[in-house]
Amino acid sequence: MNIQNMILTLQKHWSQQGCILMQAYDVEKGAGTMSPYTFLRAIGPEPWSVAYVEPSRRPADGRYGENPNRLYQHHQFQVIIKPSPDNIQELYLDSLKALGIDPLEHDIRFVEDNWENPSLGCAGLGWEVWLDGMEITQFTYFQQVGGLECRPVSVEITYGIERLASYIQDKENVFDLEWTNGFTVRDIFGQPEYEHSKYTFETSDMEMLFNLFNTYEKEAHRQMDEGLVHPAYDYVLKCSHVFNLLDARGAISVTERTGYIARCRNLAKKIAKTFYEEREKLGFPILKRKEQAEHE
Amino acid sequence: MNKRNLLLEVGLEEMPARFIDNSIRQLGEKMTGWLDKKNISYGKVQLFSSPRRLAVLVSDVAERQEDSHEEAKGPAKKIAVTPDGQWSKAAEGFTRGQGMTVEDIFFKEINGVEYAHVKKFIEGQETFSLLAEIKGLITSLNFPKNMRWGDEELRFIRPIKWIVALFGQEVIPFSVAGVNTGKVTRGHRFLGSETVLDLPEGYEEALLGQYVVADAESRKQAILSQLEKIEEENGWVIPIDADLLQEVTNLVEYPTALYGKFEEEYLEIPEEVLITSMKEHQRYFPVKSKSGDLLPRFVTVRNGDHLHIETVARGNEKVLRARLSDAAFFYREDKKLRIEDALKKLGNIVYHEEIGTLSEKTARVRKLANLIAERTGIDEEAAKAADRAAKICKFDLVTQMVYEFPELQGIMGEKYAVQKGESEAVAHAINEHYMPRNADDSTAESDAGAVVAISDKLDTIVSFFAIGVIPSGSQDPYALRRQAAGIAQTLVGKNWGVPLESLIGLSLSLVSEAGIAKRDNEEIYKDLCQFFKLRIKHLLQEQGISYDIIDAVLGGELGSIPGLMKKAAVIQEHKDEAGFKESMESLSRVLNIAAKAEVMGDIDPNLFENPSENVLHDKYIDAARKAEAGIEAGDLYQTLIELKPFINDYFDQNMIMADNQGVRENRLNLMAAISVLIMKLAKVNEIIVK
Repeated sequence: MNIQNMILTLQKHWSQQGCILMQAYDVEKGAGTMSPYTFLRAIGPEPWSVAYVEPSRRPADGRYGENPNRLYQHHQFQVIIKPSPDNIQELYLDSLKALGIDPLEHDIRFVEDNWENPSLGCAGLGWEVWLDGMEITQFTYFQQVGGLECRPVSVEITYGIERLASYIQDKENVFDLEWTNGFTVRDIFGQPEYEHSKYTFETSDMEMLFNLFNTYEKEAHRQMDEGLVHPAYDYVLKCSHVFNLLDARGAISVTERTGYIARCRNLAKKIAKTFYEEREKLGFPILKRKEQAEHE
Repeated sequence: MNKRNLLLEVGLEEMPARFIDNSIRQLGEKMTGWLDKKNISYGKVQLFSSPRRLAVLVSDVAERQEDSHEEAKGPAKKIAVTPDGQWSKAAEGFTRGQGMTVEDIFFKEINGVEYAHVKKFIEGQETFSLLAEIKGLITSLNFPKNMRWGDEELRFIRPIKWIVALFGQEVIPFSVAGVNTGKVTRGHRFLGSETVLDLPEGYEEALLGQYVVADAESRKQAILSQLEKIEEENGWVIPIDADLLQEVTNLVEYPTALYGKFEEEYLEIPEEVLITSMKEHQRYFPVKSKSGDLLPRFVTVRNGDHLHIETVARGNEKVLRARLSDAAFFYREDKKLRIEDALKKLGNIVYHEEIGTLSEKTARVRKLANLIAERTGIDEEAAKAADRAAKICKFDLVTQMVYEFPELQGIMGEKYAVQKGESEAVAHAINEHYMPRNADDSTAESDAGAVVAISDKLDTIVSFFAIGVIPSGSQDPYALRRQAAGIAQTLVGKNWGVPLESLIGLSLSLVSEAGIAKRDNEEIYKDLCQFFKLRIKHLLQEQGISYDIIDAVLGGELGSIPGLMKKAAVIQEHKDEAGFKESMESLSRVLNIAAKAEVMGDIDPNLFENPSENVLHDKYIDAARKAEAGIEAGDLYQTLIELKPFINDYFDQNMIMADNQGVRENRLNLMAAISVLIMKLAKVNEIIVK
């Protein structure tokens, strides 16, 4: 099964489970969790179900397109459901079956893995799912987002698309994976991988990046003061990406690192709190609608 | 009496393997504790556990509680009985309330007042009617990490999926976090299905039919015998790491061991890396030849049967290959690194914002190591090795291998150091300086290794204390407690008697020279001594020393740690002997009265009025001379208790608090001098004698 069909299959599967199918969010980010469709929507009492593919940038993992296992940018298929349904593990395993992975022919395990994203004030408990020893999915029950306790709890399922594909297609090199008929990952991402790696490690303008971080941070605070959660959050994402670029370049010492992460976290917490308050002012409309529907 | 079997099974989403053993132990204890408390008799108790279930099966549980008696307290006698000797209204009301009559009243004294009492007969209730209470056994389980899920408020280890609660054939009705009890259990996630349990006793067998080996010990044995079979068939040796075996046992419900291979070329990577990669990351068992060489093979345990086992093996090989090709790349890169270049890079790594870089830290560690080498009197060669090792002890932190496998710090340092031309002694000291790495690890053996181990740990602790980062409660992010214990254990291991206070002082002056201290030096020093005292107290507790003896030996300065540990052991050893009590009482009397001495002056024998004073004084001079010469704890103890008769005589014949000021002060001076001697052993008046 090529990657395109894998994505179509997962979209179909989760759409049948009532998930809103969305497109990737258009600001650079390191993980699908950072999309506002996950980060913000996991906050508060309103129900939420969504699935989307998120291209995720990890500058430090760039290897000029030469390493068979590492990428500057990989793809995650992200599912968020709030509150977490009772049969979520079964729904997940059904999605693997839809991808042609018969659990009876493999060894599938749920191995403890607790997830934390300190720069967003997030923490959760759950597993990494192993397929014959390979980690193919992160499965997390959010306990805290933006420093706020999650009530109810969202479940997040993150498939590593390339990992899963390398198993399904039995390829040793990620660049040999077939995206769709006649097109490999190399065809599509080979050149960008090389160029982004060169940019990240060699040619980026560090002074500019430091300035951008400060500018973005200031703007995020300014928009927060206006009560504009979404624009502010976009700037937090930009801060985070710029920070990752600087970090990959080795421009940030271990201690400074803690400082930058704390700055991102403070912003994220403020945004989380304001988002909650704004939804509360609106009377949590999605929750209200659901309760009305149940009432009728 | 009629009996039935009782089954409680909690079905869960996969629990973390490391918490399962403790969880099932708790559930078993809570169950028997509850039955005992309720006076319900029972027979055998069996515990079952797997990643998805915790179950207790209790045989022969009585259908009825035992009958019992309970005393109820009523009004005081003077209220219960009227002045003319009749039962009062209050007495009648009390007995009526208890369902009894005034005839049943008897009196019992409580705190000197007599109260009316009745003895109530409590008829045992039907066990079944009480059993819904076992819900509380589930909800009161303690886990190191809890979570919530869905809309539920309960915090538990993982979401609860089903509960089987059977008393004979009857389902015990209750619900936890929205899950109702029933008689349906679930089998293996893929190979099994739901199955109805008609009776508790069929539990283990029913699950086996659904591909679940519910008894953890049976699972472990099954894995072991499968591993043995693989060993025999292939002529291999599979070393069994007990922790790994336990973890694997708790990762599967139906174990099937299988093996795979990796490319021989990866054997160029150091064995430690290969083993860490296999064990820690993949939970594989490494495989060795009969002659002890690591083979390019691994064994893993699948949660399932033999179906398509070659697919599973191939998948696992692919994963391991990816990991090892990364490791091989790191290894080749690291080979190019020169130690001097690595050390330069340490200058860019901030150890802690307020403490400085790793090169600043190692510079201090090196100075401290040289000072400690001097104080401990290790030979010149070892001192040289310690100096070099202290200088380069952190170089491997900038290698790619340690970046990828942080648990190999020091271990890679030793490997790489040898490759890069360092002496064996220096290389080994680099490895040893992290020891003890955990509570079960041994301490550094070589002199150089021990010196650097103590220096590095001490510098860490002192630096953090200097900036006000002090462990409290569960907060000890830099594991300072473990490092303090490590220092003490290393000193004991080497039998180095250099006073701990002086080591703390040396380190503190280096740290404050570096301008790190944010607080007053004296305050830091005080906090450090207090902190080390607590850690040593903890170590003594672990060795089974009684609390009062611990308080006694920690009553003064810490001094020599091996000496202190020995003193505690000596006192502990003698504490049940005849005469111990009397000896301690005599010595304590000295300590107690010496506390009244305001200043300690010289003793003037010319002021003695009584021969017993001269005798005790002479005995004291002897004892002090022996103690000065640095005797073993056992001899010090002996010397002190031999003073007992002379002390007793002295007290019998002299009044310390004499009217004459000169005589009084002179006597106090003698007491104070002896008490200094006693304190070299312990603050013996802390010891509780019976």
